[in-house]
Amino acid sequence: MRIVRAAGTAVALTLSVAMLAACGGTDAENGAGGGEAGADGDVTLTWWHNSNSEPGKGYYEQVAADFEAANEGVTIEISALAHEDMLTRLDAAFQTGDAPDVFMERGGGELAAHVEAGLVKDLTDVAADTVDTLGGSVAGWQVDGQTYALPFSVGVVGFWYNEALFEQAGITEAPETMEDLYAAVDALKAEGIEPISVGAGDKWPAAHYWYYLALRECSEDVLSDAVTSLDFSDQCFVDAGEDLVELIGAEPFNAGFLATPAQTGPTSASGLLATEKVAMELAGHWEPGVMQGLTEDNQGLGENTGWFPFPSVEGGAGDPEAALGGGDAWACSQDAPDVCVDFIEYLLSDDVQTGFAENDMGLPTNPAATGSVSDPVLADLLKFRDEAPYVQLYFDTAFGENVGGAMNDEIALVFAGESSPQGIVDATQAAADLG
Amino acid sequence: MADDVTHRTGTATVAATPTAAGRVPTRPAAPGPRRRLSARWRKRLEILFFVTPALTLFAMFVVVPVIQAGRYSVFRWNGLGPMENFVGLENYANALRDQVFTDAVMHNLTIIVLSILIQLPLGLAVALLLNRDMWGRAAMRVIIFVPYVLAEVVAGVVWLMLLQPNGVVDAVLDAVGLGGLTQLWLGNPDIALYTVMFVLTWKYLGLAVILFLAGLQGVPPDLYEAAQIDGASWWQVQRRITIPLLGPTIRTWGFLSMIGSLQVFDMVWILTKGGPANSTVTMATYLINQGTNRSLYGYSSAVAVLLFGISLVLALAYQVFVLRRDNDDAPKPRKATR
Repeated sequence: MRIVRAAGTAVALTLSVAMLAACGGTDAENGAGGGEAGADGDVTLTWWHNSNSEPGKGYYEQVAADFEAANEGVTIEISALAHEDMLTRLDAAFQTGDAPDVFMERGGGELAAHVEAGLVKDLTDVAADTVDTLGGSVAGWQVDGQTYALPFSVGVVGFWYNEALFEQAGITEAPETMEDLYAAVDALKAEGIEPISVGAGDKWPAAHYWYYLALRECSEDVLSDAVTSLDFSDQCFVDAGEDLVELIGAEPFNAGFLATPAQTGPTSASGLLATEKVAMELAGHWEPGVMQGLTEDNQGLGENTGWFPFPSVEGGAGDPEAALGGGDAWACSQDAPDVCVDFIEYLLSDDVQTGFAENDMGLPTNPAATGSVSDPVLADLLKFRDEAPYVQLYFDTAFGENVGGAMNDEIALVFAGESSPQGIVDATQAAADLG
Repeated sequence: MADDVTHRTGTATVAATPTAAGRVPTRPAAPGPRRRLSARWRKRLEILFFVTPALTLFAMFVVVPVIQAGRYSVFRWNGLGPMENFVGLENYANALRDQVFTDAVMHNLTIIVLSILIQLPLGLAVALLLNRDMWGRAAMRVIIFVPYVLAEVVAGVVWLMLLQPNGVVDAVLDAVGLGGLTQLWLGNPDIALYTVMFVLTWKYLGLAVILFLAGLQGVPPDLYEAAQIDGASWWQVQRRITIPLLGPTIRTWGFLSMIGSLQVFDMVWILTKGGPANSTVTMATYLINQGTNRSLYGYSSAVAVLLFGISLVLALAYQVFVLRRDNDDAPKPRKATR
């Protein structure tokens, strides 16, 4: 029995502590960059990106080779990672102070935390020309007026829908107001079609509804103030929650939506739309690509793919044309060699962005490339983005992981009927106050 | 090796060594204190030599992380840059005040209780059944044990697909005329925890059965023969002989089950991520969510320390109140003699 006791104690200790080890980090005190300057002046740049399938992967290899050819002595080491893997590895790399030279930044509070920890290079002066070219797109990657990353793809969120199912339900025009949306929901239900899928299991897809309703209820000033002051006392935030409760009350969502994942597998929210089980889904510019990966013929909804912007809310102080979105930007780690800035400027050049657009890898930010997006639906989306008075960065990104996470958690509880419009504001404010 | 030989023949060697005065002692001298000391130290060095690799690994992956977690837990820290914002025990206080964390503790305790209430009788019944000579016994054992060896992630993903709305489980219920029982198995906050519990039972029943079967091998067959001669019924035999003699195995299984229930993470993470509406959140999923998704590394370290503390208290309590009887029953080890 002594052995049993010893084994038991060992098991207890090992299992408990495995958890501790899992959450532990390391002080990011050594701050070493990945770039290496050889004795003969040769430089190696490490570049992590998430275009790990064709045509993006091959395109970026070509881009790197072209840059190497034009810059003698520069070698670019590419790691093309799956998106989630890349995020996990980036988190670990930042914590150990061993970030790659070139990496993707999502902006907002996440970037602010990286800036505060001294992990990213200030590009304001060294890439001033490119920053000028990109114009308003860079706003999400600025902290205290300084620019820290160059956005190469900015997309917006809207409703993706199945045109054939809409037609079957007799809906001839895409909904423009919330009333139109409710009418469409009723029409679809009458046809026995589940109207909307939402991946509330992953929380952020559910949170997008509240974000958009806040965008419609709150003026631009209130929202931009909130991003910096983290003050959510304006009534419009509660009103957004009321609108959300009304929407949930209309029961437009797929069965089991509380546990539905966003985009993994055929029973995810995106999978349900792609396999024609529901009529629409609120999602970003990535949706056609995701749906293609979730159908056997790799076509997604194909010709039936439709898109319309989030409807307007009657009486809301927000601009009905304003869009919710976000994107990815290239950043250089603090200790990267200077040539890193040249490289990311090259990535934002007319030529590279045009190729990026032609390959439908995202929605380019360089105006010279906007006409080159080949997919007609994405081209429409790009037009909407460029005509929008402003693009609000996803709130969870804008407010940072802690405040954004608390907000998403509480919004998911409202979807489950276990919190209230005031609850969202209170939980968000509490997380913000904690700092 | 030379030293070792000297040690073994120490007494004889000393006996044959002339003393400083040149006299040969009339009786063999006892090993002197210095020699005894060096032997003891040599033994200790031997032990040290063999346990050093294990101790090093244990220190690197167990002791250091525990200390680090304790250190992080008193800071507010987002994982980036140096830790500067010392907050004392505030993270602990916040965790204990957070309804989601207390819910998580309750869910872990529920899983412990349900494991014992469901897996113990079920495991015992299956083990007793499979301990008898019967057709297809080997195949049955494999079927029961396979889920246990299956990777948790694979099992979780498979069940996730089966339990989807209008998925295979619902389809089977429909097909056998139980369509009224179809549920949002993982989407309904009222039943999600029990669904997870069902999958955990499916996964871990094999461990209980295999342990109990091993324990059953240790029951002396002559006891059964004696009972048979006395005319005991099958049920009497199980109740009076098998189950009492299986006691130590059952109690050991209970310990493993309790610790496993406290640490449960993978299956819950894959099936529900702690949702819907936190109805299946456990201490471990809460910890990971707060740490990696919210970047509250100080706070999640405090939660980790709490989880460690709760596990330790329950483990020690189990030792004292449940396992000790096994230790007391066991014959006392006699003092080692040379």
